[in-house]
Amino acid sequence: MTAKLILSMDGAVIKEYPLTKERTTIGRKPHNDISIDNLAVSSEHAAIITILNDSFFEDIGSTNGSVVNGVPTQKHFLQNNDVIEIGKYKLKYLNDQPTQTASADFEKTMVLRAPVKQAKPEEGFNQTQVNEGVVAKHESTTQFNVTAPKVEVTPAPAVAPAAQMVAAVIQILNGPNLGRELELSKNLTTLGKPGVQVAVLARRPHGYFITHVEGVNFPSVNGTSVGEQPHQLKDHDIIELAGVKMEFYFKT
Amino acid sequence: MKINEALEIVSQTNPGMVRSHNEDSVTFDAEHGLVVLADGMGGYNAGEVASGIAVSVLASEVRHCLEAVGPEQKDAASNDDVGVAVLRDNVKKANLSIFNAAQSQPQYAGMGTTIVTGLFYDNRVAVAHVGDSRMYRLRGEVFETITRDHSLLQEQIDSGIISKELARLSKNKNLVTRAVGIEADVVPEVHLHDVEVGDIYLLCSDGLNDMVEDEDICATLQMLQGNLSLAATQLIEQANDNGGRDNVSVILVKVNSSYATPRGLWAKLKSWFKN
Repeated sequence: MTAKLILSMDGAVIKEYPLTKERTTIGRKPHNDISIDNLAVSSEHAAIITILNDSFFEDIGSTNGSVVNGVPTQKHFLQNNDVIEIGKYKLKYLNDQPTQTASADFEKTMVLRAPVKQAKPEEGFNQTQVNEGVVAKHESTTQFNVTAPKVEVTPAPAVAPAAQMVAAVIQILNGPNLGRELELSKNLTTLGKPGVQVAVLARRPHGYFITHVEGVNFPSVNGTSVGEQPHQLKDHDIIELAGVKMEFYFKT
Repeated sequence: MKINEALEIVSQTNPGMVRSHNEDSVTFDAEHGLVVLADGMGGYNAGEVASGIAVSVLASEVRHCLEAVGPEQKDAASNDDVGVAVLRDNVKKANLSIFNAAQSQPQYAGMGTTIVTGLFYDNRVAVAHVGDSRMYRLRGEVFETITRDHSLLQEQIDSGIISKELARLSKNKNLVTRAVGIEADVVPEVHLHDVEVGDIYLLCSDGLNDMVEDEDICATLQMLQGNLSLAATQLIEQANDNGGRDNVSVILVKVNSSYATPRGLWAKLKSWFKN
């Protein structure tokens, strides 16, 4: 459960360090929590600040610097499998917060009873005091689906994100826009004229659905009105909306 | 224009894809322009008890208070609008009810709830919240939160420890720093916002904003503002399509026209005759 750092050199594991303290120090001097007796390492080289399930790396003014995932780094929000390099040594960060699927109901949200004291921004990562008095709240703790932004590591999502959908296209079959194609590249695409008749095409993990949004008339699929309910589209269905005919098909 | 004619309100709640029961509670009162959403916490069914108490206390007490005095008038005790004072006082009242129930009945020990509530009056909205349930506003192209989560993560964002973008990767998403019913007293955060015609307000539990990116929520509201209940359905569907790990609740409020409180002698005279 606890996140840890694995110290290695040239591929050989030297030691494992669980990140149980709020501040774990790394340096050459023996008083450091992770002491690396090597001249390339500064006496006080870096620190890991751990706030509950999150850990942050900070180089605390070392002479030779630190590298995280191949990039010289001052501060870094650690993600599972990140590799910190200090001289010839590597520290791998492991925090595979369990996907507690077996006990989904016990993923709890906690209430922190007292306000959390915060670091001032200019001081960088400071110790954050977290009170222990917690109250459980049902909610997902650790797992969340994200499309990671510009971060090297993607957290493993507990549930597979929407399966890669087959791309689909709408082609207009009549009127001034005859022949125009519209790729359904977003989760939702609206068709029609606001105030007159609008329908929405929703891209979902198990297919594409058309739903009436507004207007007195409902859209029709293959000549049949779809009514108020979502209607799943099949390859080569013909949609008619506000006098415009369109063909829906999967791009192969 | 009367408040219930000026506003269009829909609400929906769904247990999600993982949880067996729904601990969220939602309600609205179109007559008084009141919307309330709560996300309960606590073992077994205590979470839904807590959120249920919060929502029913708010709905009945606010209605009761507003029978005696208009929300746009000044509250003598606090010098705030009555609308602001009733939300603040009744969140505190709900807090005490939940706290007392939790103290007296062992199966409810430790239960609590988040809450976000809005009272629309006189072209304004008073918003009170505790915890990480949110209110968003879509105004033209701009979609933003008008509440600030009471959570560890938000505090870390505020203090610069972590950026908003990286916060999505945090494993500390589940820690709220304030909740209703946990202690004998609570301090709700209350703000007053001006409302414009065309605004859409979204109240949601974190089951929505943890599962669906803000951009996607915004796009859904923009595209489907012609059909609010469909917009609500689509939001919940997207949360569930993305995994639906928590209960999902949404309330949508669309401002279709201005609803300034009539003032002046004529209005007073008219209301006098009505009574």
